[in-house]
Amino acid sequence: MTQVIAQAPGAGSAEANKISPKWREYFSFSLDHKVIGIQYLVTTFFFYLVGGALASLIRAELATPDSDLVPPELYNGLFTIHGTVMIFLWIVPAVTGGFGNYLIPLMIGARDMAFPKLNAAAFWMIPPAGVLLISSFFYGPSSTGWTAYPPLSILTDQHVGQAVWIASIIILGTSSILGAVNFVVTILSMRMPGMGMFDMPLICWAILSASGLVLIATPVLAGAMILLGFDLLAGTAFFNPTGGGNPVIYQHLFWFYSHPAVYVMILPIFGVISEILPVHSRKPIFGYKAIAYSSIIICVLGLVVWAHHMFTSGTPNWLRMFFMIATLLVAVPTGIKVFSWIATLWGGKLRLESPLLFAIGFISMFVVGGLSGVMLGSVPVDIHLHDTYFIVAHFHYVLFGGSVFGIYAGIYHWFPKMTGKMLNEFWGKVHFFLTFVGFNLCFLPMHILGLQGMPRRVAQYDPQFAPINVICTIGAFLLAISTFPFLFNVIFSWIKGEKAGDNPWNGLTLEWTTSSPPIVENWHGDPVLLTGPYDYGMDSDQVMTQPTQ
Amino acid sequence: MNKSTVIAIIVGLGLIIPASLWYGQHNGLLPLAAATEADLYDGLFNSLLTIAVAIFLIVQAILIYSIVKFRRRKGDNIDGMAIHDNFLLEIIWTAVPTVLVIWVGIYSFDVYSVMQNGRPMSMGMGMPAMTHNHLGMEAANADTLISETSSKSDSDPQNTEPLNIDVQGMQFAWIFSYPNTEIQTSELHVPIGREIKLNLSAIDVIHAFWVPQFRLKQDTIPGMATSIQFTPNVLGTYPIVCAELCGSYHGGMRAEIFVETPEEYQAWLVQEQEDLASAKINGAIASNTSKEITSKEITSKEITSKEITSKEISNKVHSQMGHKLILAAQAQKMGIDAEMIKGLNHTAPHI
Repeated sequence: MTQVIAQAPGAGSAEANKISPKWREYFSFSLDHKVIGIQYLVTTFFFYLVGGALASLIRAELATPDSDLVPPELYNGLFTIHGTVMIFLWIVPAVTGGFGNYLIPLMIGARDMAFPKLNAAAFWMIPPAGVLLISSFFYGPSSTGWTAYPPLSILTDQHVGQAVWIASIIILGTSSILGAVNFVVTILSMRMPGMGMFDMPLICWAILSASGLVLIATPVLAGAMILLGFDLLAGTAFFNPTGGGNPVIYQHLFWFYSHPAVYVMILPIFGVISEILPVHSRKPIFGYKAIAYSSIIICVLGLVVWAHHMFTSGTPNWLRMFFMIATLLVAVPTGIKVFSWIATLWGGKLRLESPLLFAIGFISMFVVGGLSGVMLGSVPVDIHLHDTYFIVAHFHYVLFGGSVFGIYAGIYHWFPKMTGKMLNEFWGKVHFFLTFVGFNLCFLPMHILGLQGMPRRVAQYDPQFAPINVICTIGAFLLAISTFPFLFNVIFSWIKGEKAGDNPWNGLTLEWTTSSPPIVENWHGDPVLLTGPYDYGMDSDQVMTQPTQ
Repeated sequence: MNKSTVIAIIVGLGLIIPASLWYGQHNGLLPLAAATEADLYDGLFNSLLTIAVAIFLIVQAILIYSIVKFRRRKGDNIDGMAIHDNFLLEIIWTAVPTVLVIWVGIYSFDVYSVMQNGRPMSMGMGMPAMTHNHLGMEAANADTLISETSSKSDSDPQNTEPLNIDVQGMQFAWIFSYPNTEIQTSELHVPIGREIKLNLSAIDVIHAFWVPQFRLKQDTIPGMATSIQFTPNVLGTYPIVCAELCGSYHGGMRAEIFVETPEEYQAWLVQEQEDLASAKINGAIASNTSKEITSKEITSKEITSKEITSKEISNKVHSQMGHKLILAAQAQKMGIDAEMIKGLNHTAPHI
């Protein structure tokens, strides 16, 4: 390929520029967006392992119909903390704080984020909040589900655990808001000269949309948490029917954040996929503007669908109809993205290495979650399936088959840039196939469980569901095992992996124009924009005339 | 697009469309449908599943085809074709899903209207408009449903109205109270072919009343009255499952619903009333509870008293002898006496 890469004036050999951060810096209040991005990714991956360990315990309990492995109170604590950790300490901070911080300044040609201190402050809220949350296992964790519906969460025996849960959610929400302010300002005002909005890589559009959602929705969650905290600790009755409160109001406030949160978790990953596919299939992204606009449309629609989580609550019929239509419409912009990605692959030169395998795995699995989502958007269908294992299957296809596959794809793709080392391709493929098989073995059968009548969040269940549950548990253990090849690959490759060079994938976005890992403030001189982010095959007339061997 | 690709697309669609249509109708994913609402539900579900399976297979087929056909060969270092967009294609894949989701919305709206509003029982019975039928869907769907309701009990003088039963959710049991009687049970008996209206309430936390065979679910919310209506049309015994997390023994909060012939139902009602009259259970049970549980329930396995409660509910609830015992045990555990339970009947929740 004969691309033209922006080369900063004065950029000498990669060796001469190499000022990679010392390991100590990763434990400091560093203001460098790249250090902060890696801090986010490593920290959240640690919490992912914690959440995964909890999931393994949950599946071990569910291997038999009786509640026999852990006490039922503890079981409820396991899935509560599992859900909370995976959402608030893994996917949300990894996809926004991790990829956003590392990539946004590099991709728009900026030296750093707009507010570096705010950025570091946002990150450093996460470890204490996470430790606080997990420490609750020493004195009884919150056991009311990650939704914490009152009156259960007010009448709970685990008062301290519930209060700690509320406190950590408020801290994590604050961190998320600070990060989002930073992204919006950075993307809107710090693009390099000559880069218009429609010259940005698509991940910038995705992070911009997700940040908008965070800014609009997270304060509402904080409000709900504060009111819930008062009900729990001060005996007020905002949501407590004993004192005239209304528990359904809490559900509205909670889902006003928590449904958009799904888009916060998936939109940046849509961006990651839009970056990876063109590079590894050697083709321009198909339908740039359609993908960019669809992020914005998903963001807008995502704000008016929350009550589809409440179709079986005491919601009026007209409200159910409104939210059904809005929910179904989300399928349209999402479909546009999926079809555009497939069209990007079509006719490409697919380099079937780990980043592209995970990206294709993402499309394949996310489509399942999207389709079951459309089915659940239909009110009558949802009434049967609400709070069953079908829902558990659905959102794991979106958040694991979607977000986590996307995070892995992103790590395989940008690891060479972040560390200057290549990941081992063989172990990458092992990781992919184990994850793909384990994931489907664990979650595909859950659709049947839900349809047949197994509710979620139960430690004991009807013995007729035992065989399918055993399959799910085997899949979950395989999924747990699949993490190890990745973990060892990352550790060994980071220490003594093959050197990557500045641009191992021949990518065209700006981060590939600097050294690997990039220097502090990213470029020696000013970066120059010579090609669009996805101008692959643009010289194909010239290339096609060459004889092909 | 070359000739082999066109052939592949035609063959692919030729396989996928019949496969999806067949699977949509023969998926066997849902349990027995035992109410008129469930039949409607299954029609909708199977249609949606057909579409979903078709789209799923098309996407997966294209991905697999691309992986095989467009994988980079060794030594090929040129880029793919610089195709940025295709206006017609993009219009198609925006318009087709839009039309599909609008169709799904209308179909769902229609089914939901019949399930919620256009109650078939109000048709042809000489009843004034007893249900809200503001959506005008009733006439279109009543024909398909009216036949289901013809087998209702003639012996029941109230048979043109829904049979109202009060349902109360509590940690971790259901209590069913029959109107105009003092019958309170932990199992639900209903006559086949009769429209049933359950008036739901909860006394502690949110629960959800779910009968998978009816495809119906409704939260029971403290401080708020909710209801659910259905017309059972297959004799049998089905589980009642609590579907909203309600505490440690949420998984054990189960009961059973018995769909019986009108004669069996009447006989059961009479039997219950006789039991009630003769036994004077209100006072007696509370004092006997702990003794009976110890002797009857603790088997070879060492189980704690809390587990007894959940085991009781999940396993013994259908036993004719067991249900009063369970209620009393529950009540005692929660510090509620029999008088108080009685007082809760038919009223908004007292907390």
